[in-house]
Amino acid sequence: MVKAFGEFLLFIQSMLTRKERLAVLWQRTLDECIVIGINSIFIVAIVSAFIGAVTCVQIAYNLTNPLIPKSTIGYMVREMTILELAPTITSIVLAGKVGSSIAGGLGTMRITEQVSALEVMGINSASYLVLPRILAAMLMFPLLVILAMALSIIGGYLAGSLTGALSAQEYIEGIRTDFIPYNIVFALIKSVVFAFLVSAISSFKGFFTQGGALEVGNASTTAVNNSIIAILVADFLLAALLL
Amino acid sequence: MIEVHNVQKSFDGNQVLKGITCTFETGKCNLLLGGSGTGKSVLLQCIVGLMKPDLGSITFDGTIFTNNKVQIRQEIRRKIGMLFQGSALFDSMTVYENVEFPLKMLTPEMTREERRDRVEFCLKRVGLENAGVKMPSEISGGMKKRVGIARAIAPNCTYLFCDEPNSGLDPLTSIKIDELIHEITHEYGITTVVVTHDMNSVVEIGDHIIFLYKGLKLWDGNKDEILNAQVPELKEFIFSSSLVRAAKKVDDETQGGLAAATTDEAINI
Repeated sequence: MVKAFGEFLLFIQSMLTRKERLAVLWQRTLDECIVIGINSIFIVAIVSAFIGAVTCVQIAYNLTNPLIPKSTIGYMVREMTILELAPTITSIVLAGKVGSSIAGGLGTMRITEQVSALEVMGINSASYLVLPRILAAMLMFPLLVILAMALSIIGGYLAGSLTGALSAQEYIEGIRTDFIPYNIVFALIKSVVFAFLVSAISSFKGFFTQGGALEVGNASTTAVNNSIIAILVADFLLAALLL
Repeated sequence: MIEVHNVQKSFDGNQVLKGITCTFETGKCNLLLGGSGTGKSVLLQCIVGLMKPDLGSITFDGTIFTNNKVQIRQEIRRKIGMLFQGSALFDSMTVYENVEFPLKMLTPEMTREERRDRVEFCLKRVGLENAGVKMPSEISGGMKKRVGIARAIAPNCTYLFCDEPNSGLDPLTSIKIDELIHEITHEYGITTVVVTHDMNSVVEIGDHIIFLYKGLKLWDGNKDEILNAQVPELKEFIFSSSLVRAAKKVDDETQGGLAAATTDEAINI
């Protein structure tokens, strides 16, 4: 485990030395932003809207005390969404979608000698292939998390209104109660950290794949598993440190 | 000229290269010949810098490559073109983009028009002027090899390395690829190193042949000398091919040397 962590650090170092020209890095990062960000909007939208809706309905189910105002449901949906569900669940979903794609793509490039072809040309393959993916993830994850926050809250609003759990006015009142702007900042910090972990771990697993198609599949699975564990550990550490 | 001096390489205690010293001559097709597992590909990867030898040195036209400064290694690497066994084309790019890629990366001073001219020239040179828009998945194995050659020569390489260029190809396509490598080598005066175990390639393009056996260089010479080499391992390797046995029979009958025995004659026998 210590050896693997050391290799991971050396991998990150190799990516940052002998970087490609800025124009190349910029173009590659934009390309990856489309793959990582734009192509993930649909799944993030679906997941976050339903999580918001389910959260609202389940909180309403548990809040049976007539002394607690119904606007509390809106308040709780907002707090849960912003602090935990939007950044963490979105990142876990993206670890599955983006992480496996990164590990599988790099693994395939490795076993088909495309990475070697770059090296022979004198191109730093880690810098050319991995750095843009990490930068793109760190740019796109926060934007997707903001989208997830908005859609979760809208999902809760629609679910609450449609099921009659609470009125639209009560939900909006709850949403606006005791709002702490720092929570948004905290969620965005988490999303940037999670983006780095998912993209770097997946790249590391894919980049050093050896063997054939079976190993590429294994690398993808390991990348997703390790990314999710890293997200959960980092989630706890960040909560303990920043809240 | 590429000089390899006492190169050794081991994997988990298994010594694959046992101190190889040889020279690859400029303007010639240098063949690294040997059976499977003799260390040909490992030696090639050490030469191009994909692997680091445990011991020994590699020199490109007098400049030491192994253990030199990163900048110097980069400069040498930018003079290297390589055709991989599986072609290693970038599958997210078209044929045109594959050939243009090293130009974009290595020669940023080139304009788009200059790059286009160079790519079109290289594709025409390998006979694929109409394949630029195709994706690598849409072309045959032989075409992929030709695109690989076009990509390798696009940035005016000084050294061309080919790792088993005939693998997976039918005999006729193999001969065409061999001829293309041979023509390009002599046309541009580059140093070409071809890893092969194909005796057809020896006959077709073997200007200078180095025979490896169990991690050692056992023999070197040219295609006219190889049949008379007095190395038992080499003889066993050569005459394991029925085609060469047939060619040798023609050779004995006509006394014209192996080169005089054409493939057609050999096949007729």
